Amino acid sequence: MILRAEGVRKVYGGFCALDGVSLDVREGEFLSIIGPNGAGKSTLVNLLTGVLRPTEGTVRFKDRDIAGIGPVALARLGLARSFQLVQVFPDLTVLETLQAAVVSRLGRGLRLFASLRGDREVQAGALEVAELFGLADRRDALARHLSQGDKKLLDVASAFALRPEVILLDEPTSGVSTADKTAVMEILVAAGRRIGLRAIVQVEHDMDIVFGYSDRIVALHQGRVLADGPPAAIRADERVLDMVIGRRGAG
Amino acid sequence: MKRAVVLTAATAAVAAAPLVVGTYYVLLMLPFMAYAVVLLGLNLLFGYTGLVSFGHALFVGIGAYTGAFITSRTTIRSLEVILLAAAALGALAAAPVGAICVRHVKIYFGMLTLAFGMVFYTFLLKFYRLTGGDEGMPVLRPFLLGRDLGATAKIDYLAGPYYYYSLGVLVLAAAVMWRIVHSPFGLCLRTIRDNPLKAETLGVSAIRYRWWAFVISAVYAAVGGALLGPPTGNVDPTLAYWTHSGNIVFMTLLGGFAHFFGPVLGALVFIYLQDFVMSVVPYWRLVFGAVLAAVVIFAPGGLMGLLVRRGRAAGA
Repeated sequence: MILRAEGVRKVYGGFCALDGVSLDVREGEFLSIIGPNGAGKSTLVNLLTGVLRPTEGTVRFKDRDIAGIGPVALARLGLARSFQLVQVFPDLTVLETLQAAVVSRLGRGLRLFASLRGDREVQAGALEVAELFGLADRRDALARHLSQGDKKLLDVASAFALRPEVILLDEPTSGVSTADKTAVMEILVAAGRRIGLRAIVQVEHDMDIVFGYSDRIVALHQGRVLADGPPAAIRADERVLDMVIGRRGAG
Repeated sequence: MKRAVVLTAATAAVAAAPLVVGTYYVLLMLPFMAYAVVLLGLNLLFGYTGLVSFGHALFVGIGAYTGAFITSRTTIRSLEVILLAAAALGALAAAPVGAICVRHVKIYFGMLTLAFGMVFYTFLLKFYRLTGGDEGMPVLRPFLLGRDLGATAKIDYLAGPYYYYSLGVLVLAAAVMWRIVHSPFGLCLRTIRDNPLKAETLGVSAIRYRWWAFVISAVYAAVGGALLGPPTGNVDPTLAYWTHSGNIVFMTLLGGFAHFFGPVLGALVFIYLQDFVMSVVPYWRLVFGAVLAAVVIFAPGGLMGLLVRRGRAAGA
């Protein structure tokens, strides 16, 4: 197991957002987490990415306890994430955004007197990811001038530029037009293969995307794991159909 | 290319000023060059990292008093030693102050820096035996590049060797800062300024990088502060007072914090405008308040923003 949550419970004041959730992320798999609003998906994501500390239970990444270690340490360990609400650097260009990720990955951020422009490894690494995500033709555009879909793509691309071992994508196609969703997912999967990702975890509401790309699906409901299995088993689970997907979504 | 031509021309004009401009205006260039060094550093924090310090006069004061202390309490006169000592003491003071301040942002960061600045101001005022209290301390004429110019008339010293020495320090400081902001470090600072949450998920520690920016900006402020002392021959606690910090922020806004040389232009305009307004009306702060309000409302990009916009419009 690369990433494992075991008996995780998270309580906010008197409200229990997650109650005894266990989850394994295995080598080479594309795992989707689904659930209705309030099921605890966001809390689980924040626990898996070390932003929150569980009230009970453990979260381990590569056999290391990552409870509450924070995003900086986690990125260095090899777990990257993207956000549901798009996060970019408005006054940085596409290429600069990707360069920042490559600089961070190579541990060159504290090179005060080195030339960024003259660092061929950083330049090539950033350009490679821009090309991989189809952003090369907009490399000099400021992030704030991009369309919402391209901002989302840049947000995800910058996480890939870290060359993580595991990536956690929170609604990677939200804000992307329905027509472009499949294209975005194809790019993500291809990029994952190219950089040798060990696993992809996504939280997603679009069931076409979930069933089209997942090796395994974990359904959450009211802070508990309702079902955990391959897409065919999830599609056939009556409780998941009633409480999470809906009869039409399964079709 | 165009930028290089403009910069070369501007540097040449400043270098030629003592030959073509009256001594009075040449002497006004001395505080301009000192403040320009201060502002290059402040803008690393303000324009590139997104933190507005209202206490940077603390570090200007450290630099100025370092020069005063060394020249009046020891036998050392070398300005190179003074500048190095000022830089070292600025960094030494900024390390713990920065470690506390950079854990906060926006108004909380600003207020904390203001508070530390006022603590230092009070120290300068009350520790009379060490600092001379409200009378301050004398700054004896420093040697330049090992040369004792004590026999030269003060005006000739300031408008000649000291002028070019200050220009040399400014050019060197600008070149180093240019390298810093165009380095991987500079890029990481801009990610923190734009979106610290996103920067951290990319592995860029906001606190760590802000701290480095704070220390570097303090070194620049201290070096600039050390250059302020010799022209007046005296330093006093007002150098560390909060209104002085306000003036520094004003210069940055006036010139434009979004541009590398914006604060330098701001320092130049501030110094000459202040001199002009003070010679015309007694209430110069009233005029400057109006100017500041006009800049914030009508030209948030500062004078450099206006120039760049005009340049683009002319080129289009």
